[in-house]
Amino acid sequence: MLLEEKNSLSEEIEKYVNEYGNNRAALMPILQAVQRNHNYVSDFAQQEVARMLDIHPVEVYSVISFYSFLHSKPRGRNIVRLCRTIACDMVGKDAVEKAVTRELGIGFGETTKDGKITLEFTNCLGMCDQGPAMIVNERVFVKLDPEKAINILNEIK
Amino acid sequence: MEVMTEKKIERKGPVLFSPYKRGEGIKAALKLKRNDILFEVKEAGLKGRGGAGFPTSAKWMLTAAAKSDKKYIVCNADEGEPGTFKDRVLLLEYPELVFEGMVIAGYTVGSDQGIVYLRGEYEYMLSSLEDYLKEMKKDNLLGDKILGTDFNFNINIHLGSGAYVCGEETALIESLEGHRGEPRNRPPYPVNTGFMGCPTVVNNVETLSSVPHIITKSGEWFKKHGTDKSTGSKLFSVSGDCNKPGVYELPWGTTIKELLKLVEAKDTKAVQVGGASGVCVPVNQFDRKLGFEDLATGGSIMIFNKKRDMLKVLKNFMEFFVEESCGQCTPCRIGNVKLLEGTEMIEKGTHTFKYINTLKELGKTMQVASKCGLGQSSPNSFISILDNFKEEIFSSGRNGGDKK
Repeated sequence: MLLEEKNSLSEEIEKYVNEYGNNRAALMPILQAVQRNHNYVSDFAQQEVARMLDIHPVEVYSVISFYSFLHSKPRGRNIVRLCRTIACDMVGKDAVEKAVTRELGIGFGETTKDGKITLEFTNCLGMCDQGPAMIVNERVFVKLDPEKAINILNEIK
Repeated sequence: MEVMTEKKIERKGPVLFSPYKRGEGIKAALKLKRNDILFEVKEAGLKGRGGAGFPTSAKWMLTAAAKSDKKYIVCNADEGEPGTFKDRVLLLEYPELVFEGMVIAGYTVGSDQGIVYLRGEYEYMLSSLEDYLKEMKKDNLLGDKILGTDFNFNINIHLGSGAYVCGEETALIESLEGHRGEPRNRPPYPVNTGFMGCPTVVNNVETLSSVPHIITKSGEWFKKHGTDKSTGSKLFSVSGDCNKPGVYELPWGTTIKELLKLVEAKDTKAVQVGGASGVCVPVNQFDRKLGFEDLATGGSIMIFNKKRDMLKVLKNFMEFFVEESCGQCTPCRIGNVKLLEGTEMIEKGTHTFKYINTLKELGKTMQVASKCGLGQSSPNSFISILDNFKEEIFSSGRNGGDKK
C-alpha cells in the first residue's frame, strides 16, 4: 500500500471516528462505513481503527470475522447475495443459481476476474413471500427467474 | 435499478392493522401516569411477539423499577428467522406504530434513548426510516420536550451485519456494544444489566407496534381478541406452497387448517410453524391451534405440499444452523454439525437407526444444555421432521435410505 493511500485511509477513518464516536460501541458503524466504501477492511484499516478506538487490533479482527457482512480480504466492487433458505429454494433458486454461475463463469464465494462482482449465498432475506430473492450491495430484488437475474447483473457497473 | 418489493399485506385484522392516526398513541400516553400504562399493558396480556412470549408488562415493570440514570429501549428488528417477514412489512408500512411504541415504552420505564437494531439485510429501508424519524421530530413526537411535556426521547438506528444469532437479546446487546454477537449468560437479565450495563428493554417490532393500539383503545379491547392465554392478534408470515403468500393478521387460536384455507394451500403435507427453529406439523395435527398454549410462534408459517422432499427441507435447516451458530458453546457448535452429518447420512443411505436415535438423544441434550435459544431450538426441526415423516424418509421412495 502506498503511503499516500495509507494517509487518505487514515483520514477517512478519522472522519468516521469523529462522526460515530471513539468508543467501543462505535466500532460496528465505523467498520460498516469502511466496508461500504472499500468492500473490505484491510489490515491497515483494522490497525488504524484499533489505534483510534484504543483497543487491540485483534479485537477489531475478531468482530470482522464474526459478521458475515464484514470482510478482511479484498472483494469485488459489488456483492451479490442470493438467498438460499428453503422458501426461496422451493420457488426456483437453483435455476437462478445455475444461470448466474454460468453467465459470470464463477462459483458462489468467488469474485469475477475484473473485480466487478463477488457472488455469495446468504440466509433468509425476509422476502419469503416473493422469492427467489437476491441482494445487490444493499438493494433487494425479488421474484427472480434466470433471465431477470442476469439482466440485473448486466446493469451492475 | 429500483428496489422492487411488493406490498404484501394479505389480510388486515382488527387489532394491529386497525385504524390509527399518527401521534395518537403518544398523545394519549403522555396524559397517563406511568403506572396506568403498565396496568393497561398488563391488562392487555401482551406477550413478546418474537416467539418467546415473555409478558411485556413484566419486562417493563422490572426495567421501570431498576435504579439507574440511564435506561434504554431497544427495538429488535433483527428479523432473521427463516420464513419471517412481518417486521419488514411493519417497518415499511407502519413505522408510526413501531416508533411510537418505543416512545411510549421510554416514557413508561423512564428512558430517554431508543435504539432500533435493524438487520443488515434490511439496509435498503434505512433512509426511509431515518426520514420518518426526522418527520416525527418536526412534529415534536420525538426529541426534547415531546408535545410540551418534560419528557425527552430520541431514537437511533443501528445496522446489524448479517448474524442470525443477534436476534437473541443479549447477543444483540453485545453487538450494539461493538462486540461479537455472542449471547451472554442470564441472569443478569437486560432489564437490570443491558446495553452499557444499564437497564434495557428489548422488544420485538411487532410487540412495540401493539402498544399504541393498547394505549388508545384500552387493554380490555385488546384482550377481546385471541384466547385467554394468548391475547390479541398475531401477524403470520406465510410462505411456501400456497396461492396467496404474504402477511396475515389473525387472532391467536386460529387452527392450521383454517389458516391453510385462507391462504389457499392445496395438497399440503406439512407446515413448519416458527421457522427453522420451530416444529414441523404433519396433516393429522392440522387441528392444532396457533398460540402460546399450543403452537407458540414468532409468526413464520412455511407450507410444503405433497411433492416436497422433507429430508431436503431438513438439510436446508440444518445447514442454516451450522452456519449461524455463534460457536460459543459446545452443544450448539458441535451438535448442529453432527445433526447435519446425520441428515446427510440418511440422504446417502449410510445411516444406522441406532446412530439416528443417538442423534435424537443428542438433540434433546442440546435443548437443555445450549446457552441460548439458537441451540435450544435448532434440534426441534430435526426431531419433529424425522418423527413425523418417518415413512417418507426411511421407507417409501428412499428404500431405507438407499437411493439406488
